Amino acid sequence: MSIFEYNGSALVAMVGKNCFAIASDRRLGVQLQTIATDFQKIYKIHDKLFIGLSGLGTDAQTLYQRLVFRHKLYQLREERDMKPETFASLVSAILYEKRFGPYFCQPVIAGLGAEDKPFICTMDSIGAKELAKDFVVAGTASESLYGACESMFKPDMEPEELFETISQALLSSVDRDCLSGWGGHVYVVTPTEVTERILKGRMD
Amino acid sequence: MMKIDFSGLESAVLRSCPNSELFDGISTTPSFQIPSTTDFDGFQKEAIQMVKPAKGTTTLAFIFKEGVMVAADSRASMGGYISSQSVKKIIEINPYMLGTMAGGAADCQFWHRNLGIKCRLHELANKRRISVTGASKLLANILYSYRGMGLSVGTMIAGWDEKGPGLYYVDSEGGRLKGTRFSVGSGSPYAYGVLDNGYRYDMSVEEAAELARRAIYHATFRDGASGGVASVYYVGPEGWKKLSGDDVGELHYMYYPVEPTAVEQEMTEVSVA
Repeated sequence: MSIFEYNGSALVAMVGKNCFAIASDRRLGVQLQTIATDFQKIYKIHDKLFIGLSGLGTDAQTLYQRLVFRHKLYQLREERDMKPETFASLVSAILYEKRFGPYFCQPVIAGLGAEDKPFICTMDSIGAKELAKDFVVAGTASESLYGACESMFKPDMEPEELFETISQALLSSVDRDCLSGWGGHVYVVTPTEVTERILKGRMD
Repeated sequence: MMKIDFSGLESAVLRSCPNSELFDGISTTPSFQIPSTTDFDGFQKEAIQMVKPAKGTTTLAFIFKEGVMVAADSRASMGGYISSQSVKKIIEINPYMLGTMAGGAADCQFWHRNLGIKCRLHELANKRRISVTGASKLLANILYSYRGMGLSVGTMIAGWDEKGPGLYYVDSEGGRLKGTRFSVGSGSPYAYGVLDNGYRYDMSVEEAAELARRAIYHATFRDGASGGVASVYYVGPEGWKKLSGDDVGELHYMYYPVEPTAVEQEMTEVSVA
Protein backbone atom coordinates (compact mmCIF):
# COMPACT_ATOMS: atom_id res chain seq x y z
CA MET A 1 0.00 0.00 0.00
CA SER A 2 1.22 3.48 -0.90
CA ILE A 3 2.45 5.77 1.88
CA PHE A 4 -0.07 8.34 0.61
CA GLU A 5 -2.82 5.92 1.64
CA TYR A 6 -1.40 5.13 5.09
CA ASN A 7 -3.68 7.47 7.06
CA GLY A 8 -6.53 8.01 4.56
CA SER A 9 -8.10 11.31 3.58
CA ALA A 10 -10.61 13.05 1.34
CA LEU A 11 -10.26 16.71 0.38
CA VAL A 12 -12.25 18.91 -1.98
CA ALA A 13 -12.49 22.63 -2.76
CA MET A 14 -15.10 24.35 -4.94
CA VAL A 15 -15.55 27.82 -6.36
CA GLY A 16 -18.87 29.68 -6.13
CA LYS A 17 -20.03 33.20 -6.91
CA ASN A 18 -17.54 35.48 -5.08
CA CYS A 19 -16.96 32.68 -2.58
CA PHE A 20 -15.39 29.28 -2.18
CA ALA A 21 -15.79 26.17 -0.04
CA ILE A 22 -13.22 23.67 1.17
CA ALA A 23 -14.15 20.36 2.79
CA SER A 24 -12.44 17.30 4.22
CA ASP A 25 -13.26 14.08 6.02
CA ARG A 26 -12.32 13.62 9.72
CA ARG A 27 -10.65 10.23 9.87
CA LEU A 28 -7.13 9.41 10.94
CA GLY A 29 -6.32 5.77 10.55
CA VAL A 30 -3.39 3.43 10.38
CA GLN A 31 -4.22 1.55 7.22
CA LEU A 32 -7.60 -0.06 7.95
CA GLN A 33 -7.63 0.72 11.67
CA THR A 34 -9.48 3.90 12.63
CA ILE A 35 -7.54 5.82 15.31
CA ALA A 36 -9.38 9.15 15.50
CA THR A 37 -12.54 10.65 14.04
CA ASP A 38 -11.82 14.31 14.82
CA PHE A 39 -8.63 14.83 12.87
CA GLN A 40 -8.05 18.25 11.33
CA LYS A 41 -6.97 18.32 7.69
CA ILE A 42 -7.91 21.86 6.72
CA TYR A 43 -5.86 24.68 8.18
CA LYS A 44 -6.51 28.41 8.20
CA ILE A 45 -3.61 30.58 7.04
CA HIS A 46 -5.56 33.84 7.36
CA ASP A 47 -9.23 34.89 7.18
CA LYS A 48 -9.41 34.43 3.41
CA LEU A 49 -6.91 31.65 2.84
CA PHE A 50 -7.14 27.96 3.68
CA ILE A 51 -4.97 24.94 2.95
CA GLY A 52 -6.05 21.32 3.07
CA LEU A 53 -3.35 18.69 3.35
CA SER A 54 -4.08 15.13 2.28
CA GLY A 55 -1.70 12.19 2.47
CA LEU A 56 0.57 11.21 5.34
CA GLY A 57 -0.67 12.84 8.57
CA THR A 58 2.74 13.45 10.13
CA ASP A 59 4.06 15.17 7.02
CA ALA A 60 0.88 17.23 6.73
CA GLN A 61 1.34 18.60 10.25
CA THR A 62 5.05 19.31 9.75
CA LEU A 63 4.41 20.99 6.42
CA TYR A 64 1.66 23.11 7.96
CA GLN A 65 3.99 24.31 10.72
CA ARG A 66 6.62 25.35 8.19
CA LEU A 67 3.99 27.17 6.14
CA VAL A 68 2.69 29.07 9.16
CA PHE A 69 6.27 30.04 10.01
CA ARG A 70 6.95 31.34 6.50
CA HIS A 71 3.63 33.18 6.36
CA LYS A 72 4.30 34.91 9.69
CA LEU A 73 7.72 36.09 8.48
CA TYR A 74 6.00 37.43 5.34
CA GLN A 75 3.39 39.25 7.43
CA LEU A 76 6.07 40.90 9.58
CA ARG A 77 8.15 42.00 6.61
CA GLU A 78 5.30 43.09 4.32
CA GLU A 79 2.72 44.10 6.95
CA ARG A 80 -0.08 42.39 5.03
CA ASP A 81 -1.55 38.93 4.40
CA MET A 82 -0.32 36.79 1.56
CA LYS A 83 -2.34 36.55 -1.65
CA PRO A 84 -3.47 32.99 -2.46
CA GLU A 85 -1.43 32.98 -5.70
CA THR A 86 1.72 33.96 -3.77
CA PHE A 87 1.01 31.38 -1.08
CA ALA A 88 0.57 28.67 -3.70
CA SER A 89 4.01 29.54 -5.11
CA LEU A 90 5.45 29.39 -1.59
CA VAL A 91 3.97 25.93 -0.98
CA SER A 92 5.23 24.78 -4.35
CA ALA A 93 8.75 26.05 -3.60
CA ILE A 94 8.82 24.43 -0.16
CA LEU A 95 7.68 21.11 -1.64
CA TYR A 96 10.26 21.20 -4.43
CA GLU A 97 13.02 21.81 -1.88
CA LYS A 98 12.44 18.19 -0.95
CA ARG A 99 12.43 16.95 -4.56
CA PHE A 100 14.34 13.76 -3.77
CA GLY A 101 12.75 13.00 -0.40
CA PRO A 102 9.32 14.59 -0.58
CA TYR A 103 6.64 15.30 1.98
CA PHE A 104 4.02 12.65 1.27
CA CYS A 105 1.23 15.24 0.94
CA GLN A 106 -1.03 16.52 -1.76
CA PRO A 107 -2.14 20.04 -0.81
CA VAL A 108 -5.35 21.81 -1.79
CA ILE A 109 -5.21 25.60 -1.52
CA ALA A 110 -8.30 27.82 -1.56
CA GLY A 111 -8.53 31.53 -0.94
CA LEU A 112 -10.00 34.88 -1.92
CA GLY A 113 -7.51 36.99 -3.87
CA ALA A 114 -7.45 40.56 -5.13
CA GLU A 115 -10.99 42.02 -5.33
CA ASP A 116 -12.17 38.89 -3.51
CA LYS A 117 -11.79 36.71 -6.57
CA PRO A 118 -11.89 33.04 -5.54
CA PHE A 119 -8.74 31.00 -6.16
CA ILE A 120 -8.33 27.24 -5.85
CA CYS A 121 -5.44 25.00 -6.75
CA THR A 122 -3.88 21.65 -5.97
CA MET A 123 -0.38 20.24 -6.22
CA ASP A 124 1.42 16.94 -6.25
CA SER A 125 3.86 16.05 -3.48
CA ILE A 126 6.80 17.81 -5.19
CA GLY A 127 5.00 21.05 -5.97
CA ALA A 128 3.58 20.88 -9.50
CA LYS A 129 0.80 23.45 -9.37
CA GLU A 130 -2.55 22.72 -10.97
CA LEU A 131 -4.96 25.63 -11.07
CA ALA A 132 -8.66 25.05 -11.65
CA LYS A 133 -11.69 27.24 -12.28
CA ASP A 134 -14.33 24.93 -10.82
CA PHE A 135 -13.17 22.33 -8.24
CA VAL A 136 -10.13 20.41 -7.05
CA VAL A 137 -9.90 17.12 -5.15
CA ALA A 138 -7.23 15.12 -3.32
CA GLY A 139 -6.81 12.09 -1.06
CA THR A 140 -7.68 8.40 -1.10
CA ALA A 141 -11.27 9.16 -2.16
CA SER A 142 -10.13 11.39 -5.05
CA GLU A 143 -11.51 9.15 -7.80
CA SER A 144 -15.00 9.09 -6.34
CA LEU A 145 -14.74 12.83 -5.56
CA TYR A 146 -13.99 13.55 -9.22
CA GLY A 147 -17.12 11.65 -10.20
CA ALA A 148 -19.31 13.34 -7.60
CA CYS A 149 -17.99 16.86 -8.32
CA GLU A 150 -18.14 16.38 -12.09
CA SER A 151 -21.86 15.58 -11.85
CA MET A 152 -22.89 17.92 -9.01
CA PHE A 153 -20.90 21.08 -9.67
CA LYS A 154 -22.53 24.13 -11.26
CA PRO A 155 -20.79 27.46 -11.90
CA ASP A 156 -21.60 30.58 -9.86
CA MET A 157 -23.36 29.00 -6.87
CA GLU A 158 -24.35 31.14 -3.89
CA PRO A 159 -22.73 30.21 -0.53
CA GLU A 160 -25.76 28.22 0.76
CA GLU A 161 -26.03 26.08 -2.35
CA LEU A 162 -22.26 25.71 -2.52
CA PHE A 163 -22.25 24.31 1.03
CA GLU A 164 -24.97 21.81 0.15
CA THR A 165 -23.19 20.72 -3.03
CA ILE A 166 -19.73 20.28 -1.52
CA SER A 167 -21.17 18.43 1.49
CA GLN A 168 -23.19 16.01 -0.64
CA ALA A 169 -20.21 15.44 -2.94
CA LEU A 170 -17.94 14.72 0.03
CA LEU A 171 -20.35 12.45 1.90
CA SER A 172 -21.29 10.38 -1.13
CA SER A 173 -17.64 10.00 -2.18
CA VAL A 174 -16.33 8.80 1.18
CA ASP A 175 -19.09 6.15 1.26
CA ARG A 176 -17.14 4.39 -1.50
CA ASP A 177 -13.77 4.61 0.28
CA CYS A 178 -12.60 2.40 3.16
CA LEU A 179 -9.91 4.82 4.30
CA SER A 180 -11.79 8.11 4.62
CA GLY A 181 -15.05 9.38 6.04
CA TRP A 182 -16.26 9.17 9.66
CA GLY A 183 -17.82 12.66 9.39
CA GLY A 184 -16.94 15.81 7.47
CA HIS A 185 -15.57 19.30 8.02
CA VAL A 186 -16.68 22.14 5.74
CA TYR A 187 -15.61 25.79 5.46
CA VAL A 188 -17.56 28.23 3.29
CA VAL A 189 -15.73 31.52 2.81
CA THR A 190 -17.28 34.74 1.48
CA PRO A 191 -15.66 38.21 1.44
CA THR A 192 -17.48 39.06 4.70
CA GLU A 193 -17.62 35.82 6.70
CA VAL A 194 -16.29 32.33 7.24
CA THR A 195 -18.74 29.54 8.15
CA GLU A 196 -17.39 26.31 9.59
CA ARG A 197 -19.60 23.24 9.89
CA ILE A 198 -19.07 19.70 11.12
CA LEU A 199 -20.99 17.13 9.09
CA LYS A 200 -22.51 13.99 10.55
CA GLY A 201 -21.72 11.03 8.37
CA ARG A 202 -21.68 7.25 8.29
CA MET A 203 -19.31 6.00 10.96
CA ASP A 204 -18.22 2.82 9.15
CA MET B 1 -8.60 -44.64 7.85
CA MET B 2 -10.42 -41.70 6.33
CA LYS B 3 -10.14 -41.19 2.62
CA ILE B 4 -9.59 -37.66 1.40
CA ASP B 5 -11.71 -36.60 -1.55
CA PHE B 6 -9.31 -35.66 -4.31
CA SER B 7 -11.89 -35.92 -7.07
CA GLY B 8 -11.84 -32.16 -7.46
CA LEU B 9 -8.26 -32.34 -8.63
CA GLU B 10 -9.01 -34.63 -11.56
CA SER B 11 -9.29 -32.95 -14.90
CA ALA B 12 -12.77 -32.90 -16.41
CA VAL B 13 -11.46 -33.77 -19.89
CA LEU B 14 -10.64 -37.28 -18.69
CA ARG B 15 -14.32 -38.16 -18.53
CA SER B 16 -15.55 -40.39 -21.31
CA CYS B 17 -19.32 -40.18 -20.98
CA PRO B 18 -20.61 -36.66 -21.64
CA ASN B 19 -24.16 -37.62 -20.59
CA SER B 20 -23.09 -38.19 -17.01
CA GLU B 21 -22.24 -34.50 -16.60
CA LEU B 22 -25.66 -33.61 -15.27
CA PHE B 23 -25.63 -36.34 -12.65
CA ASP B 24 -21.95 -36.07 -11.75
CA GLY B 25 -22.28 -32.33 -11.43
CA ILE B 26 -24.37 -32.69 -8.30
CA SER B 27 -23.28 -35.99 -6.86
CA THR B 28 -19.51 -35.60 -6.83
CA THR B 29 -17.17 -32.83 -5.92
CA PRO B 30 -16.91 -30.68 -9.02
CA SER B 31 -13.70 -31.09 -10.97
CA PHE B 32 -11.66 -28.25 -12.32
CA GLN B 33 -9.17 -28.22 -15.12
CA ILE B 34 -5.63 -27.71 -13.94
CA PRO B 35 -3.59 -25.35 -16.15
CA SER B 36 -0.96 -27.17 -18.18
CA THR B 37 2.06 -25.18 -17.15
CA THR B 38 5.45 -26.08 -15.78
CA ASP B 39 5.39 -23.20 -13.30
CA PHE B 40 2.12 -23.93 -11.49
CA ASP B 41 2.89 -21.78 -8.44
CA GLY B 42 3.84 -18.79 -10.58
CA PHE B 43 0.71 -19.17 -12.69
CA GLN B 44 -1.38 -19.48 -9.57
CA LYS B 45 0.12 -16.33 -8.07
CA GLU B 46 -0.72 -14.33 -11.20
CA ALA B 47 -4.20 -15.80 -11.39
CA ILE B 48 -4.93 -14.93 -7.76
CA GLN B 49 -3.91 -11.32 -8.43
CA MET B 50 -6.35 -11.22 -11.35
CA VAL B 51 -9.35 -12.36 -9.33
CA LYS B 52 -8.17 -10.72 -6.14
CA PRO B 53 -10.57 -11.91 -3.50
CA ALA B 54 -12.65 -9.37 -1.66
CA LYS B 55 -11.18 -9.18 1.81
CA GLY B 56 -12.19 -7.21 4.84
CA THR B 57 -15.06 -8.56 6.83
CA THR B 58 -16.39 -9.01 10.30
CA THR B 59 -18.32 -12.17 11.11
CA LEU B 60 -19.03 -13.79 14.47
CA ALA B 61 -20.92 -16.66 16.01
CA PHE B 62 -21.34 -17.96 19.53
CA ILE B 63 -23.16 -20.70 21.39
CA PHE B 64 -25.28 -19.77 24.40
CA LYS B 65 -28.06 -21.33 26.48
CA GLU B 66 -30.78 -20.99 23.83
CA GLY B 67 -28.76 -21.91 20.73
CA VAL B 68 -26.31 -20.21 18.38
CA MET B 69 -26.15 -16.54 17.44
CA VAL B 70 -24.58 -15.65 14.10
CA ALA B 71 -23.86 -12.10 12.89
CA ALA B 72 -21.96 -10.33 10.12
CA ASP B 73 -21.44 -7.00 8.37
CA SER B 74 -22.19 -6.54 4.65
CA ARG B 75 -19.27 -4.70 3.05
CA ALA B 76 -17.20 -5.93 0.12
CA SER B 77 -13.99 -4.06 -0.60
CA MET B 78 -11.26 -4.25 -3.23
CA GLY B 79 -8.21 -2.55 -1.77
CA GLY B 80 -9.47 0.81 -0.56
CA TYR B 81 -12.53 0.81 -2.79
CA ILE B 82 -15.91 -0.24 -1.40
CA SER B 83 -17.45 -2.41 -4.10
CA SER B 84 -20.69 -3.18 -2.24
CA GLN B 85 -22.47 -2.31 0.99
CA SER B 86 -25.10 -5.04 0.70
CA VAL B 87 -23.39 -8.42 0.57
CA LYS B 88 -25.08 -11.44 2.11
CA LYS B 89 -22.27 -12.89 4.24
CA ILE B 90 -24.46 -15.31 6.18
CA ILE B 91 -25.24 -18.19 3.88
CA GLU B 92 -28.25 -20.40 4.54
CA ILE B 93 -27.11 -23.98 3.99
CA ASN B 94 -30.41 -25.56 5.04
CA PRO B 95 -33.16 -24.57 7.50
CA TYR B 96 -31.03 -25.74 10.45
CA MET B 97 -27.56 -24.67 9.39
CA LEU B 98 -25.80 -21.41 8.52
CA GLY B 99 -22.38 -20.64 7.14
CA THR B 100 -20.50 -17.35 7.33
CA MET B 101 -18.40 -15.80 4.62
CA ALA B 102 -14.95 -14.27 5.01
CA GLY B 103 -12.13 -14.18 2.47
CA GLY B 104 -12.83 -14.75 -1.19
CA ALA B 105 -16.50 -14.15 -1.98
CA ALA B 106 -16.63 -16.56 -4.90
CA ASP B 107 -14.78 -19.32 -3.03
CA CYS B 108 -17.11 -19.02 -0.03
CA GLN B 109 -20.31 -18.87 -2.08
CA PHE B 110 -19.36 -21.79 -4.30
CA TRP B 111 -18.19 -24.16 -1.58
CA HIS B 112 -21.11 -23.34 0.71
CA ARG B 113 -23.57 -24.09 -2.07
CA ASN B 114 -21.60 -27.25 -2.75
CA LEU B 115 -21.82 -28.15 0.93
CA GLY B 116 -25.58 -27.52 0.83
CA ILE B 117 -25.89 -30.08 -1.96
CA LYS B 118 -23.84 -32.64 -0.06
CA CYS B 119 -25.89 -32.12 3.09
CA ARG B 120 -29.17 -32.63 1.21
CA LEU B 121 -27.79 -35.78 -0.41
CA HIS B 122 -26.75 -37.08 3.00
CA GLU B 123 -30.27 -36.36 4.25
CA LEU B 124 -31.85 -38.36 1.39
CA ALA B 125 -29.46 -41.29 1.76
CA ASN B 126 -29.64 -41.59 5.55
CA LYS B 127 -33.18 -40.33 6.19
CA ARG B 128 -31.95 -37.82 8.75
CA ARG B 129 -30.22 -34.48 8.74
CA ILE B 130 -26.44 -34.30 8.80
CA SER B 131 -24.81 -33.20 12.04
CA VAL B 132 -22.95 -29.89 12.23
CA THR B 133 -19.81 -31.90 12.99
CA GLY B 134 -20.29 -33.96 9.83
CA ALA B 135 -21.07 -31.00 7.62
CA SER B 136 -18.08 -28.98 8.80
CA LYS B 137 -15.81 -31.97 8.24
CA LEU B 138 -17.17 -32.41 4.73
CA LEU B 139 -16.21 -28.82 3.96
CA ALA B 140 -12.86 -28.98 5.75
CA ASN B 141 -11.86 -32.09 3.76
CA ILE B 142 -12.70 -30.47 0.45
CA LEU B 143 -10.80 -27.31 1.36
CA TYR B 144 -7.85 -29.41 2.50
CA SER B 145 -7.73 -31.19 -0.84
CA TYR B 146 -7.24 -27.79 -2.50
CA ARG B 147 -4.68 -26.58 0.05
CA GLY B 148 -1.94 -24.41 -1.44
CA MET B 149 -3.89 -23.77 -4.62
CA GLY B 150 -5.06 -20.30 -3.66
CA LEU B 151 -8.53 -20.84 -2.20
CA SER B 152 -9.37 -18.17 0.37
CA VAL B 153 -12.10 -19.21 2.79
CA GLY B 154 -12.60 -18.39 6.46
CA THR B 155 -15.95 -19.68 7.62
CA MET B 156 -17.99 -20.73 10.57
CA ILE B 157 -20.55 -23.50 10.31
CA ALA B 158 -23.28 -22.99 12.89
CA GLY B 159 -26.42 -25.02 13.36
CA TRP B 160 -28.70 -27.18 15.46
CA ASP B 161 -28.58 -30.98 15.19
CA GLU B 162 -29.60 -34.01 17.29
CA LYS B 163 -26.97 -33.15 19.90
CA GLY B 164 -28.10 -29.52 20.22
CA PRO B 165 -26.27 -26.42 19.09
CA GLY B 166 -23.03 -26.82 17.11
CA LEU B 167 -20.34 -24.43 16.00
CA TYR B 168 -17.18 -25.02 13.97
CA TYR B 169 -14.55 -22.78 12.44
CA VAL B 170 -13.21 -23.98 9.09
CA ASP B 171 -10.61 -22.33 6.86
CA SER B 172 -8.88 -22.88 3.53
CA GLU B 173 -5.56 -23.62 5.26
CA GLY B 174 -7.14 -26.84 6.44
CA GLY B 175 -8.02 -25.79 9.97
CA ARG B 176 -11.22 -27.01 11.63
CA LEU B 177 -11.94 -26.04 15.22
CA LYS B 178 -14.89 -26.78 17.47
CA GLY B 179 -15.78 -23.99 19.88
CA THR B 180 -18.36 -21.84 21.57
CA ARG B 181 -17.19 -18.41 20.42
CA PHE B 182 -15.59 -17.37 17.11
CA SER B 183 -15.04 -14.25 15.07
CA VAL B 184 -13.48 -14.22 11.60
CA GLY B 185 -12.24 -11.43 9.33
CA SER B 186 -10.25 -8.21 9.45
CA GLY B 187 -12.65 -6.73 12.02
CA SER B 188 -12.51 -9.82 14.26
CA PRO B 189 -10.14 -8.39 16.94
CA TYR B 190 -12.60 -5.55 17.58
CA ALA B 191 -15.58 -7.92 17.61
CA TYR B 192 -13.79 -10.28 20.01
CA GLY B 193 -13.19 -7.34 22.36
CA VAL B 194 -16.89 -6.63 22.70
CA LEU B 195 -17.92 -10.28 22.56
CA ASP B 196 -15.54 -11.55 25.25
CA ASN B 197 -16.47 -8.63 27.46
CA GLY B 198 -20.24 -9.13 27.28
CA TYR B 199 -20.59 -12.91 26.86
CA ARG B 200 -22.44 -15.06 29.36
CA TYR B 201 -23.67 -18.60 28.66
CA ASP B 202 -27.09 -18.02 30.25
CA MET B 203 -28.08 -15.05 28.11
CA SER B 204 -31.58 -14.70 26.70
CA VAL B 205 -32.09 -14.61 22.92
CA GLU B 206 -32.67 -10.83 23.08
CA GLU B 207 -29.50 -10.21 25.10
CA ALA B 208 -27.44 -12.42 22.81
CA ALA B 209 -28.80 -10.72 19.68
CA GLU B 210 -27.95 -7.30 21.10
CA LEU B 211 -24.42 -8.43 22.03
CA ALA B 212 -23.85 -9.80 18.52
CA ARG B 213 -25.16 -6.63 16.90
CA ARG B 214 -23.04 -4.42 19.14
CA ALA B 215 -19.91 -6.46 18.46
CA ILE B 216 -20.44 -6.07 14.72
CA TYR B 217 -21.15 -2.34 15.10
CA HIS B 218 -17.93 -1.73 17.04
CA ALA B 219 -15.96 -3.69 14.47
CA THR B 220 -17.41 -1.63 11.60
CA PHE B 221 -16.52 1.56 13.48
CA ARG B 222 -12.84 0.70 13.93
CA ASP B 223 -12.24 -1.42 10.85
CA GLY B 224 -12.18 0.43 7.54
CA ALA B 225 -12.95 -2.73 5.58
CA SER B 226 -16.13 -3.58 7.52
CA GLY B 227 -19.45 -1.76 7.35
CA GLY B 228 -22.87 -1.55 5.77
CA VAL B 229 -25.56 -3.54 7.53
CA ALA B 230 -25.20 -5.57 10.73
CA SER B 231 -27.36 -8.67 10.29
CA VAL B 232 -28.07 -11.07 13.15
CA TYR B 233 -29.33 -14.66 12.82
CA TYR B 234 -30.37 -17.05 15.58
CA VAL B 235 -30.34 -20.85 15.28
CA GLY B 236 -32.49 -22.69 17.80
CA PRO B 237 -34.25 -26.09 17.97
CA GLU B 238 -36.75 -24.86 15.36
CA GLY B 239 -34.05 -23.87 12.86
CA TRP B 240 -32.59 -20.49 11.95
CA LYS B 241 -34.37 -17.16 11.98
CA LYS B 242 -33.16 -13.72 10.95
CA LEU B 243 -33.58 -11.39 13.92
CA SER B 244 -32.32 -8.05 12.65
CA GLY B 245 -30.56 -6.20 9.87
CA ASP B 246 -29.61 -2.67 10.88
CA ASP B 247 -27.82 -0.04 8.82
CA VAL B 248 -24.65 0.74 10.75
CA GLY B 249 -24.87 4.37 9.63
CA GLU B 250 -28.03 4.73 11.72
CA LEU B 251 -26.90 2.34 14.46
CA HIS B 252 -24.02 4.66 15.41
CA TYR B 253 -26.32 7.60 16.15
CA MET B 254 -28.69 5.26 18.01
CA TYR B 255 -25.91 4.06 20.31
CA TYR B 256 -24.23 7.46 20.58
CA PRO B 257 -26.77 10.22 20.00
CA VAL B 258 -25.33 13.65 19.28
CA GLU B 259 -26.62 16.23 21.77
CA PRO B 260 -27.36 19.40 19.85
CA THR B 261 -25.27 22.30 21.14
CA ALA B 262 -26.26 25.97 21.08
CA VAL B 263 -24.04 26.79 18.12
CA GLU B 264 -25.08 23.78 16.14
CA GLN B 265 -27.94 24.40 13.79
CA GLU B 266 -30.28 22.21 11.82
CA MET B 267 -29.64 21.88 8.13
CA THR B 268 -32.37 23.48 6.06
CA GLU B 269 -33.51 22.62 2.59
CA VAL B 270 -31.92 24.91 0.02
CA SER B 271 -34.15 25.87 -2.86
CA VAL B 272 -32.28 25.22 -6.05
CA ALA B 273 -33.35 27.54 -8.82
